[in-house]
Amino acid sequence: MSIQLTDVAADRVKSFLQNRGKGIGLRIGIKTTGCSGMAYVLEFVDEVEEGDKVFESQGVKVIIDPKSLVYLDGTEVDFTKEGLNEGFKFTNPNAKDECGCGESFTV
Amino acid sequence: MALLQISEPGQTTAPHQRNYAAGIDLGTTNSLVAIKRSGQVETLPDEHGNHLLPSVVHYAEEDILVGHTAHELQAADPLNTLSSVKRIMGRGIEDLSSLGNALPFDFKASADSHVPRIKTRQKHVSAIEVSAEILKTLAHRAEQTLGDELSGVVITVPAYFDDAQRQATRDAARLAGLNVYRLLNEPTAAAVAYGLDQNSDGVIAIYDLGGGTFDISILRLNKGVFEVLATGGNSSLGGDDMDHAIGEWIMQQAGLGDIDSILLRQILIASRKAKEELTHDSQAHIEIDHEQLKVSLILERATFDELIADLVKKTLMSCRRVLRDAKLDKKDITNVVMVGGSTRVPLVIEKVGEFFGCKPLTDLDPDRVVAIGAALQADVLAGNKPEQDMLLLDVLPLSLCIETMGGLSEKIIARNTPIPVARAQEFTTFKDGQTAMAIHVVQGERELVSDCRSLAHFELRGIPPMTAGAARIKVTYQVDADGLMSVTAEEESSGVKADITIKPSYGLTDNEIETMLRDSMSHAKEDIDARMLAEQKVEAKRVIEAVDSALSQDGHDLLNEDEYAQIVSARNQLEEMIEKSTTEELKKAIKDLENSSEEYVARRMNESVQKVLSGKNIDQVDV
Repeated sequence: MSIQLTDVAADRVKSFLQNRGKGIGLRIGIKTTGCSGMAYVLEFVDEVEEGDKVFESQGVKVIIDPKSLVYLDGTEVDFTKEGLNEGFKFTNPNAKDECGCGESFTV
Repeated sequence: MALLQISEPGQTTAPHQRNYAAGIDLGTTNSLVAIKRSGQVETLPDEHGNHLLPSVVHYAEEDILVGHTAHELQAADPLNTLSSVKRIMGRGIEDLSSLGNALPFDFKASADSHVPRIKTRQKHVSAIEVSAEILKTLAHRAEQTLGDELSGVVITVPAYFDDAQRQATRDAARLAGLNVYRLLNEPTAAAVAYGLDQNSDGVIAIYDLGGGTFDISILRLNKGVFEVLATGGNSSLGGDDMDHAIGEWIMQQAGLGDIDSILLRQILIASRKAKEELTHDSQAHIEIDHEQLKVSLILERATFDELIADLVKKTLMSCRRVLRDAKLDKKDITNVVMVGGSTRVPLVIEKVGEFFGCKPLTDLDPDRVVAIGAALQADVLAGNKPEQDMLLLDVLPLSLCIETMGGLSEKIIARNTPIPVARAQEFTTFKDGQTAMAIHVVQGERELVSDCRSLAHFELRGIPPMTAGAARIKVTYQVDADGLMSVTAEEESSGVKADITIKPSYGLTDNEIETMLRDSMSHAKEDIDARMLAEQKVEAKRVIEAVDSALSQDGHDLLNEDEYAQIVSARNQLEEMIEKSTTEELKKAIKDLENSSEEYVARRMNESVQKVLSGKNIDQVDV
């Protein structure tokens, strides 16, 4: 079971954490919401919660709750630019269908 | 798929419900937009990597160009290329002459509006429309970057902007289709950018030295709440003056006298370059190759420091003045924030540090610090940081007053009062049976209304007829968080009410504000004299009014011919003197009239006591 950050994504997370001045890592998860059922969660982490799985990818601590891990196993998180817009992009082998904007998905 | 940003713990929003907010620094020369994402605030570049957007709009045959492309066309097509419109935001035609001939626009007065319009080949545009184009361009840049619509923006304005200028800025945003969370004072934004709001308290000086203006503001932070204590500065002092100082030095070195404008321009460009080199090097090379002038000079940092010493000293004098306004001492200042490109000059940093006795904050790019603060505030207002309640307070730049009898101005809300604020004061009628009252709202520090700025007139009608002084009229002045003002007048016994929202069609320049403040100090003595004279005039009229009213009731019953004539003559003499006497003479004439009617007043008292008592025995009298 794992989640991968690309080099670029890991570098950005590190610099965001450094600028923020606190935080131990990056939380990746899903929550049931959005137009297609589920949406990704991407948050800074100040405290690890009970039951959280913690692993490292490219030097970044990735924190994920066990329920989300089921839907995210094998996901790659990249950081890309599209025109002026830039941000994190999820490539999730478990997602079968995405809504038009891609912010939510179904498995 | 959509590109995601990192949220604060527990703050992930549902898709399509994110509140994206931007901070916009709408400047006279350049504008900037900043947003907060993944926990950090950045100003946003355009597709060529330029963060600064020149505040220039070009009206082409069909298109409207904004920014660098417009800037490039300025020399070739000045009449259709508009710049520095911030200086005429919220100004009326009447105000334009005070700006001099500095703006090369073709103004056109329109019959139906106070707002001056500038003639371009496409249409006649107002400063509001031009600013809206700049805002649209910046908002578009932010939306392209975020890949989503903006839910709202925070736009910064100078602390000295008056109601009209703030309203014009809001109107421009509305025209650009933007939701304005609020307008934020530029110095406050700078303090927020440095995270000074995270401290629990302190007093912060914001030293803002731009290309052509200098502003100094003192903010107090108390339990995480900002309050602007005082603002001041000089609206014609800045980096351009440094360029001129170097330019004069070059001309002196080359032994030049009168020169043409093309050479002057070239010298100034070289001067500016030298100034910028001297921010990190100890000397700068100046090369000018022109048919009239071929020079190769070396300007030492020490020489440059001498050239600009006076200019820096002037800014420190403003600092001293504003500290006095805020009733503070230099050692009360806990932080000094540097804003504006000219604060990169080492001598400025050194002298400001010496003056305040602490090291100025210079870590953030002084050109971007205001936009960054605005973006942080926008993020809070968009609800992305709910646990933190950052409330920013601003102050009134000038006192808000009401005209009282005799053309005197009475302060209802004093200058530098934090807003939002509401203050009420009671007034009464001057004449018997007076049923209406004119309310004249003015702004300024002087004692006479004629020396202050008129903001609005309105009338309270339907006051029930009463004797003079019996009506109780409560006038309430209210200024909301954006600096917009409303006035209510209410007669308390009858409940009749009138109100007005002040949205003046033109406003005050910072120069005017400065002049008004200076005048109030330099004219303090005359003002007091004028006030005393005006008060005596009002008193004289009141006494005459009272005497007339009494005489018409029972003058002939209680007085013999001689006595009557004596009072009338004293009364007439006083009336004649009102418009042409000094305070002392008037005082004496009032006293004379009071003396000659003393006996009459006593008789009236006895008469009315007798009326009450006649036909009653002692038990029936209420004591």
